[in-house]
Amino acid sequence: MSGRLKSIGLRVLQAVPVVIGVVVVSFVLTRALPGDPAVYFAGAAADEQSIQQIREALGLDKSLLQQFLIYVGDLLHGDFGQSIMTGQPVADDLIRKLPASLELTLLALCMSCGLAVPLGIMAARNPGSLQDHLCRMVVTAGVSLPTFFTGVLLIYVFYYLLGWAPSPLGRLDFIYIEPDTVTGFYLIDSAIIGDWEVFFGALKQLALPAITLALFTMAPIARMTRAAMLSVLSSDFIRTARAAGLTERKVLYGYALRNALLPVVTTLGMVFSFTLGANVLVEKVFAWPGIGSYAVEALVASDYAAVQGFVLSMALLFVALNLIIDISYSLIDPRIGFEAR
Amino acid sequence: MLELRNLGVTFQTRKGPVEAVRDVSLKLAKGESLGIVGESGSGKSVTSYALMRILDRGGSITAGDVTYSGIDLRRAAERDMLDVRGREISMIFQNPRAALNPIRKVGAQIEDVLRRHAQATRYDARAKAIAALEAVRIRDAEARYEAYPFELSGGMCQRVVIAIALACDPRLLIADEPTTGLDITTQKTVMDLIRELSAERQMSTITITHDLGLAAEYCDRIVVMKDGALVEEGTPEALFSNARHPYTRKLIAATPRLNASIRELLPADTRTPYRPSRSDGETLLKVRDLVKTFQGKSGPVQAVKGVSFDLTQGTSLALVGESGCGKSTLSSMLTRLLDPTLGQIEFDGEDLGAVPARNFARHPRRRDIQMVFQDATDSLNPRFTAAQSIAAPLRKIAKLRGTALKNRVAELADQVGLPQSLLHRFPHQLSGGQKARVGIARAIALNPKLLILDEPTAALDVSIQAVVLNLLADLRADLGMTYIFVSHDLQVVRMLCDQVLVMQAGEIVERGATAHVMDAPQHPLTRSLIEATPKLPSTAFEDPIKEVAE
Repeated sequence: MSGRLKSIGLRVLQAVPVVIGVVVVSFVLTRALPGDPAVYFAGAAADEQSIQQIREALGLDKSLLQQFLIYVGDLLHGDFGQSIMTGQPVADDLIRKLPASLELTLLALCMSCGLAVPLGIMAARNPGSLQDHLCRMVVTAGVSLPTFFTGVLLIYVFYYLLGWAPSPLGRLDFIYIEPDTVTGFYLIDSAIIGDWEVFFGALKQLALPAITLALFTMAPIARMTRAAMLSVLSSDFIRTARAAGLTERKVLYGYALRNALLPVVTTLGMVFSFTLGANVLVEKVFAWPGIGSYAVEALVASDYAAVQGFVLSMALLFVALNLIIDISYSLIDPRIGFEAR
Repeated sequence: MLELRNLGVTFQTRKGPVEAVRDVSLKLAKGESLGIVGESGSGKSVTSYALMRILDRGGSITAGDVTYSGIDLRRAAERDMLDVRGREISMIFQNPRAALNPIRKVGAQIEDVLRRHAQATRYDARAKAIAALEAVRIRDAEARYEAYPFELSGGMCQRVVIAIALACDPRLLIADEPTTGLDITTQKTVMDLIRELSAERQMSTITITHDLGLAAEYCDRIVVMKDGALVEEGTPEALFSNARHPYTRKLIAATPRLNASIRELLPADTRTPYRPSRSDGETLLKVRDLVKTFQGKSGPVQAVKGVSFDLTQGTSLALVGESGCGKSTLSSMLTRLLDPTLGQIEFDGEDLGAVPARNFARHPRRRDIQMVFQDATDSLNPRFTAAQSIAAPLRKIAKLRGTALKNRVAELADQVGLPQSLLHRFPHQLSGGQKARVGIARAIALNPKLLILDEPTAALDVSIQAVVLNLLADLRADLGMTYIFVSHDLQVVRMLCDQVLVMQAGEIVERGATAHVMDAPQHPLTRSLIEATPKLPSTAFEDPIKEVAE
């Protein structure tokens, strides 16, 4: 067990240069962007002098190196800087917006896995069958439709025509009071205090955007599950298990699926990272106060601190995600943990 | 107890239905051990899968009946079959490590079977699984329960597979090539164990094998299969002394045995006069105090501990030993794929041990030392045609191009007996014997002085093995090559090699002229290797083909 802790510690250490690199690159890249935040911030009526004043106030008149040192110094104190756009500290903005995106993405991925993995298994059991082709059609359709289209379509059907869904405006209808922030996930926070009314209110708001994202992410997961299951099902130990009279259930889920899980987990990690970065379209359609739309607005406004804060928090998130994937590898496959020690 | 009547199995493939088994009728009595012998593609495995009803996708029983203790296995419901498998009829497989779930503890895998057949409850499953491991003579069963397959040796894995198969006390055990991929001494322990356990439990066994010697030694009765049909049946003695079917005779003749020359393995009509190889008596390879140390998890491990020998030009030397004895490490050093830790490799008067392995590819001597690998399939690039594979060394080292290259490839194909029409085929479109020929053609393309052969016939059927062995002997005579032949099959070694080195734990424990070492082995390891080799009954005639010819 201590060997496992040690290898986890090593993996965390390996992430340090990545984070340093991200800090440098995000700083340089934001400075290389066209647009002047001082001009933007000063407004349309500003004259040359007031722009210059603002520039000095923001510290933009200093050399790049000086700016960088100040930025790093602040970072070390946990200060991400002030957003020009919202007037709030970037850290506060991120703490509010990141959970909104995470909650949406995680729920979407859970739904996507819940559907795609069984679909993949079903397809692998009878390759070339009707189910197989049906599965392929469903997931291909899901990935082919752009998310903003699926989103709008779902809103049209379930909100406008059927009236089942609440209005697609944010995380919670105004009739409910936001639960106290513990994790920032409304579902969890409301469940903690036992406020089920708010819980279901938040769930209703989440349903449509989550389904939109889930439809989009099903394809890679289902395809990978099918491929991995196919190769595992043709291996020798499955034949041994069958010859020993184990039930189809046990063979399929106890033996085959666990062995097929490694590539599926890898795919899941990849899907998670691109979804979190790319769900800005869904957030826009559903007026979701997530980190994707925050980042795009900050970028348009040349809001350096906000953009840097976004890139950095994403990088940290991916480092953590990769760590979780590596750990789950060693939990799934005893051979991997062995080599790491 | 078990009866097959006119069994027929058909596979639906893209090219239409293929009949894998035709009209097979068999009877097996309680406590009897039956051997099914045949070459690959003869339908011997398919027959056993069919009676267990675990045929691969697309395969189905299309004719005949399978009756086991009054149960109609062909028509039984799948639910009932689940109870038969593992409980009444069990099966063990070749390649034991792959036959176990790689990510589940072996103890848990035994428990799965015990609990499936209600032989154990949650509370006593662990104790019963450990008892099952003890039953197959695994020492320290309690600790082994926690092991994963990758932590066990091949022989140990096969014991676990047997433990799984026997956990529920079945009355019939089917062993499908149970010793392929195992050492010859491990093969003997595994087969002895199966025999012992089945006698203890009065269990019937069906042993499926391509090794006639093995079947003769361990079975009461043998059936021979060819192209999906039974061709002959009888006790080992009757079969070997008086085989009626020409195919059986051919099979017996091709099996390496005492007092047979390699020409006698071939059918009489394809034999050519034996051409002895010449030797000029010069020493080609001089190995002195060769040591290889690997960094292991618990300190350095010496895989080869100071090996010295001389090899005369034009002779052939056998390297014999169990897996892990260092023979592969030694041959990798000799081919200069691996750097020795200490010692000299003097080849043709030049110290090649001093040339780092990574630079040897560009060394002028590279062309003089070539290798033929164990697995003919895995050692060919699946995206290369036969011609491209043979041409690769010619392009890289001899820098041949265009017509010259094409002519040389064609010449090589003729030399190894590969039809020109097959040159444009990919490995998966070639048979095992044809792939072996491609591998040999590639190795001799540059006219090497030294050819290292790593069990080149281990994966081949006996009749193909006979042809390949003869081809190798002829090539040596024609091209004046020197061979180092790595093998564990002493019968083959005896026929092909002049000298033999027996290795154990990185050291040479016995050496000498092959016939001398094999007739009067000194070291206990050599004796146990010779003893473990399955032999045909002494009644097997000297040269079965002659009698057919008469």
